Amino acid sequence: MTRYSALGLVRGVFNGQSHWQPAWRDPEPKANYDIVIIGGGGHGLATAYYLASVHGIRNVVVLEKGWIGGGNTGRNTTLVRSNYRLPQLHNFFEFGLKMWEHLSDELNYNVMFSPRGALMLGHSDADMTMLAQRGDAMRVSGIDSELLSRDQVAKLEPLLDMSRSARFPIEGGLIQRRGGTARHDAVAWGYARGADRLGVDIIQKCEVTGFVREGDAVVGVETSRGRIGAGRVAICVAGNSGHVAAMAGLKLPVESQTLQALVSEGVKPMINGVIMSQSLHCYISQSDKGGIVMGGDPDNWPSYAQRGQPMVTAGAIAQAIALVPALSRLRMLRTWGGVTDMSFDGSPIIGTTPVPGLYLNGGWCYGGFKATPASGWTYAHTLATGAPHVLNAPFDLARFRRGDTIDESGAGPMPNHR
Amino acid sequence: MMLISCPHCGPRAQAEFTYERTADSVIQPDAAPAEAIEHLIARANPRGLDDEVWRHTFGCRAWLVMTRHRVTHAIEAIRAVGPEALP
Amino acid sequence: MSGPRRSGEPGTIRFTFDGKPLLARPGDTLAAALLANGIGLVARSFKYHRPRGIMAAGVEEPNALVTVGTAGRGEPNTRATDLFVYDGMVARSQNRWPSLSFDVGSILGLAAKALPAGFYYKTFFGSAKRWLLYEWFIRRAAGLGDAPTAADPDRFAQRAGFCDVLVVGAGPAGLAAALAAVEAGDRVILVEQDSLLAPSLVRDPQELDPAWAEATAERIRALGGRILLRTTAIGYWDDNLITLSQRLAEPGERPPAGTAQRLWHVRAKRVVLATGALERPLAFAHNDRPGVMLSQAVRTYVRRFGVIPGQRAVVATNNDDAYLTAAALRDAGTEVVAVLDTRPAPAGANSGFPVHNDAAPLATKGARHHLREVSARVAGKVVRWQVDLLAISGGMTPVVHLHMQAGGATLSWDEASQAFLPSTARQNVTSIGAAAGADPVGPTLAAEDPAKSFIDFQNDVTLGDVDLAWAEGYRSVEHLKRYTTLGMATDQGKTSNMAALGRLAEKQGVAIPEAGLTTFRPPYTPVTMGLLAGRTERDAGAHQRRLALYQVHQAKGPIWQPLGYWKRPRAYPKSGENLSQAALREARAVRTAVGMTDVSTLAKFEVSGPDAAALLELICATTVAKLKVGRGRYTFMLREDGLVFDDGTVWRLGVDRYLLTSSTGGADRMAAHISYVRQFLRPQFKVSAVNVQEHYAGIAIAGPKATKVLAALIDDDPPRHMSTVAATIARVPVLVLAASYSGERAFEVYVEATKAEAVWNACEAEVTSLGGCPYGMEAMEFLRIEKGHLVVGGEIDGRLTPHDLALDKMLNKAGAYVGAQGLARPALTQPGRKQLVGLDALSGTIPEGAMLVQAPGQPAEGHVTAAGLRVLDGGSIALGQLDGGFARHGEELLATSPTRRQSARVRVVAPHFYDTLGERYRE
Repeated sequence: MTRYSALGLVRGVFNGQSHWQPAWRDPEPKANYDIVIIGGGGHGLATAYYLASVHGIRNVVVLEKGWIGGGNTGRNTTLVRSNYRLPQLHNFFEFGLKMWEHLSDELNYNVMFSPRGALMLGHSDADMTMLAQRGDAMRVSGIDSELLSRDQVAKLEPLLDMSRSARFPIEGGLIQRRGGTARHDAVAWGYARGADRLGVDIIQKCEVTGFVREGDAVVGVETSRGRIGAGRVAICVAGNSGHVAAMAGLKLPVESQTLQALVSEGVKPMINGVIMSQSLHCYISQSDKGGIVMGGDPDNWPSYAQRGQPMVTAGAIAQAIALVPALSRLRMLRTWGGVTDMSFDGSPIIGTTPVPGLYLNGGWCYGGFKATPASGWTYAHTLATGAPHVLNAPFDLARFRRGDTIDESGAGPMPNHR
Repeated sequence: MMLISCPHCGPRAQAEFTYERTADSVIQPDAAPAEAIEHLIARANPRGLDDEVWRHTFGCRAWLVMTRHRVTHAIEAIRAVGPEALP
Repeated sequence: MSGPRRSGEPGTIRFTFDGKPLLARPGDTLAAALLANGIGLVARSFKYHRPRGIMAAGVEEPNALVTVGTAGRGEPNTRATDLFVYDGMVARSQNRWPSLSFDVGSILGLAAKALPAGFYYKTFFGSAKRWLLYEWFIRRAAGLGDAPTAADPDRFAQRAGFCDVLVVGAGPAGLAAALAAVEAGDRVILVEQDSLLAPSLVRDPQELDPAWAEATAERIRALGGRILLRTTAIGYWDDNLITLSQRLAEPGERPPAGTAQRLWHVRAKRVVLATGALERPLAFAHNDRPGVMLSQAVRTYVRRFGVIPGQRAVVATNNDDAYLTAAALRDAGTEVVAVLDTRPAPAGANSGFPVHNDAAPLATKGARHHLREVSARVAGKVVRWQVDLLAISGGMTPVVHLHMQAGGATLSWDEASQAFLPSTARQNVTSIGAAAGADPVGPTLAAEDPAKSFIDFQNDVTLGDVDLAWAEGYRSVEHLKRYTTLGMATDQGKTSNMAALGRLAEKQGVAIPEAGLTTFRPPYTPVTMGLLAGRTERDAGAHQRRLALYQVHQAKGPIWQPLGYWKRPRAYPKSGENLSQAALREARAVRTAVGMTDVSTLAKFEVSGPDAAALLELICATTVAKLKVGRGRYTFMLREDGLVFDDGTVWRLGVDRYLLTSSTGGADRMAAHISYVRQFLRPQFKVSAVNVQEHYAGIAIAGPKATKVLAALIDDDPPRHMSTVAATIARVPVLVLAASYSGERAFEVYVEATKAEAVWNACEAEVTSLGGCPYGMEAMEFLRIEKGHLVVGGEIDGRLTPHDLALDKMLNKAGAYVGAQGLARPALTQPGRKQLVGLDALSGTIPEGAMLVQAPGQPAEGHVTAAGLRVLDGGSIALGQLDGGFARHGEELLATSPTRRQSARVRVVAPHFYDTLGERYRE
């Protein structure tokens, strides 16, 4: 494998950049692996990478139905943050955020993690108290968080509508300066390259069509490229968790819904960091290419179609323009939908299942991208040791049956009420 | 945006309707706890046809059950529920 | 003389480009007008800042992007080919500094060999902070035009449309289809993105007389069809819903009627796509130079706009169509020095032009940012021509975007035309005309210098970049696209996708259809975001509800407090008072005399019928049926998961008639919940549940003198605590409920909202005469915290059980309420859960929302849900949630808010600070 460096690019000036090797191999699947990971998204690839690099388990395969990183890894709005109110969540995401800070070097692949600050706006005194509560919860757990005044917010993002007559006037904000964005595709590709280098097989265009059972236990998978035996099988297909789990006879606390996002044409820098809101449901950032990336609520009805309805994006745009009026004359370039696993408390599921040999990572709702490193790390730990890491122990599947839900918004079990 | 044929009002834009829940999530208040909790925490969530509970919230407000395909969004069947729909 | 020019009159429309005053003719696009003025250099490319001109004549233009308009109307990245010049138009080139002809950013082009596709993934390592620094420079070099900095002064309208047939594209095929449909009696909408019907007939009048288009349109209109020009079908959604964007003014133009654009949602029974086809460029070295143009575009400029893009031209093609361009150029006086045809002889044999077969361009050279020389390989030898125009044609790509957006649609590969054609679709849609089939083409000859042969012009992606992506393993078409950024520019790959697919297929050694296809995502062309937001943009799509008593409050100059859709008075400060001073005065009035407040926003439901009690006992987790007529009680509601989500009061107004109140913020959610239980779970019940939230206004009167106020206002005796009576106040019928949120003897007076003002005024007269005053939400908050009453969104946060909130003793023992089963889950009765406590400050003021910890540096064990003070005695108190809180009364903790640098030592106490025995409710 060629190491990536500026020097390598300079060398390429003289050889037409012809010395670069494929970032990953295209191997034939073997008959058996210690661990079969279903799903070649960021989470599955990260899991494979940490299984190999941390736990020394290299006889691992990642099976991808399409092309790696082609699901929600390549469809999200690339936000990275750990600014949650509940400790189970902020501790998990903070562990991940710390990994993000060194991920490019770790993988020798620039994932462009940009800690440009994740700002959450407050629009009333009540909002500001809620933001303070969130910030205080984070600070007590040792996570950076800072309450900002109106003036500080205005200085940070000069194009925000700071008028008092706005429908949702801006009273201040809570910023996590270490939060920001990353290049989503690069995360999948970087982990794939890293895992491949350590011996992990990545098989694309290989769809899992069923599970091989021995008694209760899962001992392999049937795929479009034949049967593959496995010591352990790890589902990692958020968006399609329900569909894949059903092949093992499992029903999950998950509904699949479309989440749409959109990007404007590229313009010179106008939005400095990530803008979110306590009262509104849009989030705004500007990509390095200059496009304004936006998202909002999920479509709130079940779908596997990766296709939303136009009213939902229009709603997110209306909210974004209310916050940043100068967005009005920019043009929407592309809109797309991803299928999200809406779990019944808004929090993910990482751990064992009632089926021996079968593990589950899913239920990420609309917040999975930022979790990629932490999700891979803890899932790898769970798969390697058979028991959860302390960080993902609260996120077990059985919590719903017990009643130990982790409900950040307090909205309850119906995903469309969240 | 789907066109949904409300049994009371006729075809209307999806924007008038709200999705409420899957039919397999309905919990009868007098159901046994074990059965109710299954309905609370487990969904078939098929990548295909499923029964769903919708409401014509910004129209006649009536409740509906439709059989809808989760990939094509095709509505195979739709029926009214509620007092007016009782036999 | 060389370069583009216009024959005849320069026109009378004045506009500027980069500050230079210029003239245009009516009907000119900016691209036509710039060429007419001899301007070939229009823009700089995205990555390498390469000089670029005008390549196309339509929406597919990848190069000629400008910023048009000023201040809030400024539209960056506007295609000069899709912008009709108007008087006073101000256009500027973009992505260049200090000027278009001398752009410092073009040094990136010199470094291009070190900056191949995806170079940024391979460098800029180090800490995240360091990347932030690199990124600062990258972000400034990237982007295209400057974003506007002012708010948009114009309006955008939205409209719904319904029709039997929607025809997209008013070319000859679209017009004919629309005419056939109206003649068959269908309701028809025909849309055309251009300002002209059938613009292709102006380009190629030999096909059909352009007058035919106008005559056909007349007939369509006469039969009731609607024709919309400057209207683009931007998206195709479920069940034949098409979104259209209609321009009522050009980009940057002040709209004549104030509305800049209109968004249509059209539901069509059948959709006919007559969207035409786009010409493909050819790939060769420096094919991006100003002066290299698409063949049909050249013909369009000559025939439609009277603009001659060059004086000496080479035409390069793999098909017959480009010969029409050669002819058009010759007719306009341009010398066509060679036609390069990739096809073997006898293609083009009798055309009368110097045709070279098996020939394709190799490279171009330029001078002063314009084409000067074309070289080609002809029969193995390199031949050069000194020309200022190179017209290229790689065949036609049918526009299948909308077809593919329709969902479940497929394409078929046509080998002869080397094009994907629309095939099956799930929805009722057909494609016709050039969108459904293209003419045959000859071979595409391999570019000899892939690293300089551009395929995605705007993003500067070359064939070499495709090769590199392949070599590095990015082999699926989506990987290729994402790795190289091919097709991600503002032109959405309209001119680049086929070239990339061809190269990919070649690498894979497969036919093009096996190489895969990318998704065609809406919109077809970029669409103004203000248009999509429509009229809702300035209120963020959230309406406001106004209190029935708004005018009464407004006259008192209150501090308003937003609460959901509402704004409620927070306090009524007297001169010189701040919020907390006013609120404290108001709260003390309630504790010592009497106060009144507007409680109209509370959710209210009237439930009546023989099964009313049974319905309420499903919704409420407390008993209801045991209430006697005229009595009420506190109640709370569970979600199906067993957690408390709302609370309120329930009143038995008659034998079969109840009133249920619940929280303001949860009103809509509660309405939906009640409807679900009644309509879906219990359709057989004989009961009606009506949402009367805004039908009644409510006025609460509280304080030791509240009884006196009521006695003066109504004929009957004021009702006992938790009783109700119907009465009249100021001759208006009212319902009086004796209920207390403040901890004092209190009444809620409900009145039809339209008549509330008279009742308020009558009440206020009595209240003031007894030394009382109106109070706002801040005082209400002080009072309820001191009394230990709960609030939804504070203590009731959707995460606690009735047990956690010490409400379990009130649970209906019969247990068949919604949520009873969910509540039976084991973790919900575990000790150590978050439980409701009171907090008494030992030092300092307790910050609301603060975390409860043992000591600094220790983990949070709970938090402060609401902080207030003892109304009469002073002293900071609060309510909170604390792990295992019930068993921890007496313990000392720290309430800390690091974000506000505030903290207080607190003692955990019972959540009742005032009248713990509840004696003040009763007289």
